[in-house]
Amino acid sequence: MNFLKTDHEIIVIGVSTGGFKALEVILSKLPEGFNLSVIIVQHRKKDPDDFFIDYMNKKTSLHIKEAEDKESIKPGVGYIAPPEYHLLVEMDHTLSLSVDPPLKYARPSIDMLFETAAEAYESKVAGVILTGANDDGSKGLKKIRKYGGMAIIQDPVTAEAPMMPKNAIKIAGADHILSLANIGKFLGRLS
Amino acid sequence: MGDIANRNLEIDLFLEAMYKKYGYDFRNYSRASIKRRIEHRLKLTGLKTISAMQHELINNWNFFEIVLRDFSINVTEMFRDPSFYKAIREEIIPKIKDFQQINIWHAGCATGEEVYSIAVLLKEEGIYDKTRIYATDFNKDVLEKAKQGVYPAKFLKQYILNYREAGGMGSFTDYYTAKYEFVLMDSSLKKNILFSDHNLTCDTVFGEMDVIICRNVIIYFNIELQNHVFKLFLDALGNPGFLCLGSKETVSISDYVDNFEAINRKEKIYKKVDKRAVL
Repeated sequence: MNFLKTDHEIIVIGVSTGGFKALEVILSKLPEGFNLSVIIVQHRKKDPDDFFIDYMNKKTSLHIKEAEDKESIKPGVGYIAPPEYHLLVEMDHTLSLSVDPPLKYARPSIDMLFETAAEAYESKVAGVILTGANDDGSKGLKKIRKYGGMAIIQDPVTAEAPMMPKNAIKIAGADHILSLANIGKFLGRLS
Repeated sequence: MGDIANRNLEIDLFLEAMYKKYGYDFRNYSRASIKRRIEHRLKLTGLKTISAMQHELINNWNFFEIVLRDFSINVTEMFRDPSFYKAIREEIIPKIKDFQQINIWHAGCATGEEVYSIAVLLKEEGIYDKTRIYATDFNKDVLEKAKQGVYPAKFLKQYILNYREAGGMGSFTDYYTAKYEFVLMDSSLKKNILFSDHNLTCDTVFGEMDVIICRNVIIYFNIELQNHVFKLFLDALGNPGFLCLGSKETVSISDYVDNFEAINRKEKIYKKVDKRAVL
């Protein structure tokens, strides 16, 4: 389908409970030479040994790294929000971190990433909501759609924790509701 | 799409008005974050546009004070990031403890919890009495709270855990008096702390410092303002001089990367490079 090849530049992904496995499935499906930027907020605990980053790097063609304050967003790189910091997208396509209080009990907040990405990239964002046991991300996904971006939501039936995708479908609506494996394949074709 | 560009223009003008009318300069703050604060305030006022709010800002001092408070970041706790305090004990204290007098600048001290944490640490290391701590912030409300040193007791459990993890040598309970649901920090911790109003965007150096602690402040600044602040710190630091940033902050993307040498990369502790020594 041709419309997929429009001009998406970044993919933002929000995931909570069950995120590790879900991200592995998706990221491993991205083809060699994948040239979109991927920015991920996963609600996770502090990981002193960078295990998460190292592990994901072995599974995907993307270069996965923890997002750093004020760095430029580059194609082919997957940025993961550091635990305990919000991750925001600036209008000049750089990243900022913040230690503002948690939003909906979450820091990093999926909503904060999604809303700022929507304003900075407008129709060039694809927002992805995966498994999770809260309602973070639905407000941000709604904003992505409002500015012409695309919303992809994991089929709640296939999610380890269905609440987050269910809420996102209810509040933001979806352009595509897919299983994890299909989300990976689908995103792979956006490049 | 036009409306994002228009809104950004309104935000530019709002920050310009804040600067021109009141002298507080947020124009070089990280924009995404400041924009969220402005939009949050807009919702609370019930006004329709940021331009309408700008009119209010210019004509209403009380509203300016509300916005100033919105822009101030006051997230803090005692011994926040305990491993950082441990690194100070192990890597900075041995290098400064023989100085006749020690000057420490805590820039962006918010409500003071981290200042008192340093004071406790210095006391335990036996060097508090010869140390002066300059604790600064642009927000006068939080400075007042910092001066009082009164904190809700409900966080104590976490603070005690942090204290232990930070290498605390005694008992944290020795450093405060508990009253109802509050704790009052011990006056012996306060005597060498000078809390004062200082704005990193426009104020200058006020003395030679041995250690500067500025954590989770510059992530709210754009690169330009970060450069300005690093220059300020460089001018303020003596030799040897140490700079401590937040765990996700770095000098490595600034113009001054060659002026600081990381002595603990993980805890973001830097030593000023002594340019005279290089010659």
